[in-house]
Amino acid sequence: MSAPFRLAQGGRIDRARPLGFTFDGKSYSGFAGDTLASALLSHGVHLTGRSFKYHRPRGILSAGADEPNALVGVGRDQTRYTPNLRAPQVELYDGLVAESQNRWPSLSFDIGAVNDLFGRFLPAGFYYKTFMWPRKAWDHVYEPKIRAMAGLGRAPTAADADRYTQRYAHCDVLVVGAGPAGLAAALAASAGGASVMLCDDQAEFGGSLLSETTATIDGKPAAQWIADTVATLRGRANVMLLGRTQAFGYYPHNSIGLVERLTDHLATPHPDMPRERLWTLRAREVVICAGALERPMVFPENDRPGIMLAGAARTYANRYGVKAGSRAVLFTAQDEGYRAALDLARAGVHVAAIADLRPNPDGELPAAARAAGLNIMAGTTVTGTRGRLRVSGATLGRLGLDGQVGQSQTIACDLLLMSGGMTPSVHLFSQSKGKLRFDETIKAYVPGQSAERERSAGACRGIFGLAAAIEDGFARGEEVAQAVGRAGGAVTRVAVTTLAAAPGVHLGAAPHDRDAATVKAFVDYQNDVTAKDLALATREGFRSIEHIKRYTTTGMATDQGKMSNMNALGIVADALRRDIPEIGLTTFRPPYTPVTFGAFAGTSRGQLFDPVRQTAIHGWAADHGAAFEDVGLWKRAHYFPQGGEDMHAAVARECKAVRAAVGIFDASTLGKIEIVGPDAAEFMNRMYTNAWTKLESGRCRYGVMLREDGFVMDDGVVGRMAHDRFHVTTTTGGAPRVLAHMEDYLQTEWPDLDVWLTSTTEQWAVIAVQGPNARKVLEPLVEDIDISAAAMPHMSVRQGRICGVPTRLFRVSFTGELGFEVNVPADYGRAVWEAIYQAGLAHGITPYGTETMHVLRAEKGYIIVGQETDGTAVPDDVGLGWAVGKAKKDFVGKRSLARAEFSKPDRKQMVGLRTRDPHDVLEEGAQIVANPNQPVPMTVLGQVTSSYFSAVLDHSIAIAMVRGGRARIGETLYVPMPDRVIAVTVVDPVFFDREGVRLDA
Amino acid sequence: MQRFSGLDLFLRALGRHQTWKPQWREPEPKAAYDAVIVGGGGHGLGAAYYLAKEFGLRNIAVLEKGWIGGGNTGRNTTIIRSNYLFDESAALYDHAVKLWEGLSQELNYNVMFSQRGVLMLAHNIHDIQSFKRHVHANRVNGVDNEWLTPEQVKEFCPALNVGPNMRYPILGGALQRRGGTARHDAVAWGYARAADALGVDIIQNCEVTAINRDAQGRVSGVETTRGPIRTTKVGVSAAGHTSVLMQMAGLRMPLESYPLQALVSEPVKPAFNCVVMSNTIHAYISQSDKGEMVIGAGTDAYTSYSQRGALHIATHTLDAICELVPMFRRLRMLRKWGGIVDVTPDRSPILAKLPVPGLYVNCGWGTGGFKATPGAGHLLAWTMAKDEPHPINAPFTLERFRDGRLIDEAAAAAVAH
Repeated sequence: MSAPFRLAQGGRIDRARPLGFTFDGKSYSGFAGDTLASALLSHGVHLTGRSFKYHRPRGILSAGADEPNALVGVGRDQTRYTPNLRAPQVELYDGLVAESQNRWPSLSFDIGAVNDLFGRFLPAGFYYKTFMWPRKAWDHVYEPKIRAMAGLGRAPTAADADRYTQRYAHCDVLVVGAGPAGLAAALAASAGGASVMLCDDQAEFGGSLLSETTATIDGKPAAQWIADTVATLRGRANVMLLGRTQAFGYYPHNSIGLVERLTDHLATPHPDMPRERLWTLRAREVVICAGALERPMVFPENDRPGIMLAGAARTYANRYGVKAGSRAVLFTAQDEGYRAALDLARAGVHVAAIADLRPNPDGELPAAARAAGLNIMAGTTVTGTRGRLRVSGATLGRLGLDGQVGQSQTIACDLLLMSGGMTPSVHLFSQSKGKLRFDETIKAYVPGQSAERERSAGACRGIFGLAAAIEDGFARGEEVAQAVGRAGGAVTRVAVTTLAAAPGVHLGAAPHDRDAATVKAFVDYQNDVTAKDLALATREGFRSIEHIKRYTTTGMATDQGKMSNMNALGIVADALRRDIPEIGLTTFRPPYTPVTFGAFAGTSRGQLFDPVRQTAIHGWAADHGAAFEDVGLWKRAHYFPQGGEDMHAAVARECKAVRAAVGIFDASTLGKIEIVGPDAAEFMNRMYTNAWTKLESGRCRYGVMLREDGFVMDDGVVGRMAHDRFHVTTTTGGAPRVLAHMEDYLQTEWPDLDVWLTSTTEQWAVIAVQGPNARKVLEPLVEDIDISAAAMPHMSVRQGRICGVPTRLFRVSFTGELGFEVNVPADYGRAVWEAIYQAGLAHGITPYGTETMHVLRAEKGYIIVGQETDGTAVPDDVGLGWAVGKAKKDFVGKRSLARAEFSKPDRKQMVGLRTRDPHDVLEEGAQIVANPNQPVPMTVLGQVTSSYFSAVLDHSIAIAMVRGGRARIGETLYVPMPDRVIAVTVVDPVFFDREGVRLDA
Repeated sequence: MQRFSGLDLFLRALGRHQTWKPQWREPEPKAAYDAVIVGGGGHGLGAAYYLAKEFGLRNIAVLEKGWIGGGNTGRNTTIIRSNYLFDESAALYDHAVKLWEGLSQELNYNVMFSQRGVLMLAHNIHDIQSFKRHVHANRVNGVDNEWLTPEQVKEFCPALNVGPNMRYPILGGALQRRGGTARHDAVAWGYARAADALGVDIIQNCEVTAINRDAQGRVSGVETTRGPIRTTKVGVSAAGHTSVLMQMAGLRMPLESYPLQALVSEPVKPAFNCVVMSNTIHAYISQSDKGEMVIGAGTDAYTSYSQRGALHIATHTLDAICELVPMFRRLRMLRKWGGIVDVTPDRSPILAKLPVPGLYVNCGWGTGGFKATPGAGHLLAWTMAKDEPHPINAPFTLERFRDGRLIDEAAAAAVAH
């Protein structure tokens, strides 16, 4: 298919590489180097989108990131569909499939456009004022309808098949933006050897220079200067060039987020290539060379397809070899707009008129336009346009001396160009928390006081004009080279020839003679916010620009106000008769342009979402059919089903085996901290409620740790290995928290203590051998330790060897049985486990998992921190009052324990519960009341914290926290369930071997 | 007050919208008021409204140092629910939910309260235990909350990935059907407009610089950047800046302030029908009426008044979102912002009269203040008007940190929500 609007020559496209693509099912052609927008324009296609609210037909407005209208969905297939892409930023590849959005049934005939007819009933904020009656209709009628109307593109419906990656990097200097100022800054910054990274969001470096065909730099065409400069930079080993890379966010201490697009421009990306790469960069110095954005003009019906920014039309002509129309009118308030008129005229577009809002345009560019024979109408505004799916004419009105519109005429055109002024891109600067300053001469905000080691160069700080921007780039580049101690001397300056432009100073709505209360003059195109919406908001009392933004939604479209913000400020300032700085400025929030979620997620997906921690014995458990559960990052063996057992059957069998013979359990996940030093015992005294000074080496103690507020934080058995050395264990989930808590105190409160903390969780494999036969199993395997009852009592620890491997052997029990915990270096864990298991087979050894461990400890009334406690229990509540050293001078949480509330008799206390029906197993978390017949909300006495069926006891057991529980032992209480009430008897929480004789066997 | 309605909108549209009046006045501060609320967020404006509406105090002012609704009211993820664990909390938040249910009509301002259901996901056995305890506790408290199996989770929220290929597969969820979202700005504006109509002066750009006390120690007024104001009742509802204000009255508050981030995607057609929260993998998400996915991240690890959070916090939230809804991986972050949350040691608010006579406070809502807006406003108004707490906020004293009668929801929900 021929492209009638493609120029015969020129542009940076590769005419030798034609590409085919489809838009809304229709086939088109383009060239390598095209964007979707330029290729569509080459076929005369302007209509590419529908607006958010009124569904007005919209065309391509810009040639970059500020595009609010031409949003498309692009997808290679359903697993690679991306909505809301800006057509001017979509690089064309062969076979690209794009579709328009937010229209039904088609882009040219959209039923939703009925909203436009009723637009007067849908002013800004209308939804706050209606849809309130009848009340239920909001849920079932209004909101679903509003939601269906809202939104732009459709979300992908299949999981994303692409991959993403991330990199961290640092450099001396980051230069953001590779336009004229950025290239110059990078040249100067890198001249002395500083490491420099230069990023630009476009495929090619050069920025605005890529659209420049007449200027010369250093005596050569701009394109040649770009090529030479990029070659120079590429030749420097200390320079890294990142194309297709957007610096999207400025974070504290010169941390910058960048996103690099790797495959979206390729027809057939290699399947192993990630789609995008997220860079987290730390730069010593940052030079922002983000350029400036052209402002549109706000005038009635300024949104028809074919109405475009002047600079964009110039880019399409010069860079892509496409004329955006045949017959153009330019509406401008600044000299810069004339460049487009001149270049388009040169490309063969008939420029029917230049309406210049200024009474006396007299700069070099207007002079050149006059010389070229263009029809300049000074002091002229545009009061309206014609056309529906494409602009067909513009009405131009002469402004009298009083500012009123006088004589007007309508000029036919298929292209209406706008140029209201230039707005420096201060987004990154503002994100860095730098203070902005309003510059009255250019009527725009520019960087003021910096907050970070950052500087701006060129148009983004209001330095307009090619020569000035390049010079500013050189100067800032030299500064940062100096700042990082890598000055390379002055860079040889270049001569620049181009026509100078006087800055535009127009902001806000252009004058017109239409009824301001009814005409639509768009400010935020995508969100359909008009000048009259802004006026309405001010009429309704909204004064701050933040309020006006939120009420009208101006600046909240996907371009985040790039196209609209300054004009909105101008209109609001006019309406309120205040200066612009008094109106305030909405915050520039990251990201500069939208960033794919997947890039943030990176490789953190599926099983790689979090590290998986496995014990040394994991493989053995897996080989023996264990079911695993997630506990923090750990995979723990939950139970070991045999022969098709379900969990309950397996757990019943495992429990009985432990009580009757012996069980083996992998306790390696328990947190372990080695506390060493002359002040180790003192440190322990301060961290734990218990007293440690008198604990002998070789003995263990159950330790309780409190938070500062007196509530139980963690627990675990601690062995004293030597006078100055403790082997501390913590809960599995609590290990990092406990170590951080200890370090916090050690480093900030007690730096005088001579003690070191080392996490040893990963160093030790821990094999629990529990049950009446435990000693028989271990005895033959242990060397040089006497593990007889007399020599090694309950709660002791010995060092020696087992199976030829060094061990710390604890005699401890979390089951209530005779028990040992064999600590061996993790590398030997599996071998020792297997040896113990083999030796145990003769004694009926049975591997068990965490579920059996839970049942066995519950039978004994041992708590699990985080299950019986929930952050609101003090030691006495859970029966651990004995573990609090009464004579101790101080420990973390001691002062809090003295609070009145904690000695009240009606506190929730740990008790046991028995159900009438021994097979009734209560649900954990179920609530306990005295009177189940009371109305809701009930007075609740407590809750079930642990509940199991005990196969050993042949009845259910439960632990509960009950108000005044210990005084209620023997009472009947009730557990109200949705379908019935379960009566329970309050009992002592120790269900098995209350005297503890088995422990000491 | 001009009454909003569809008919009114229609008639004014015919009049080309020229007749709309300011939604609230721009009064100059008077020399004296019967009561002053410091802080023009939803909570403070709500308190002013209820003081005027229910308790007949009309000569009152709301002082806001910036623009109303510009703090946490306008920076949150708009989630509303009341399925809290402890009886005191459930009563507090359910009081708010009940007010939310009629708020648009009460204020004649559509706050778009949308009861689409809040689903909290369980990813491990501990989560299951915890959420089931919530479900049971809520049931006997009269708060709706139900347990869903993974299949029921999928049925309720089809966009979720409930497959076994996740690192932490979804093992079920607790659903509060009455929970949902509301339009945050509209809440501030609705209260402001209704309060203004009852005579309340809403004074923006007016920062309080001192709290004055008389010889007996009673509150006697405030100093502001727009001059002194005499009053005998001051209600402070200033979120993270409450500590600063209270220091002016000689009170040290147990508050820490952290940056908390949120973000939205570009808008898309309806693709996510409810609110989903996952404490375990640190993410929550809903889709706004406009079509944006509204996503909440966690707090930064350090205290700060900087209204921006660290990049890696947002990164960690988005990887969780991509796991929960893999088809959202190609959606794009449009806007990210930070708020400052004021956190108490037990993660429950302080809503109480203070030891300084005439001084009342509403603060410490941490990450959960938006959902409480109408309830907090109402209870602060009650407490100021009667000089004693309502039974619902009676447990939420400042003294509880000294006495130890804490209401520790942190135990139940370890992350921001």
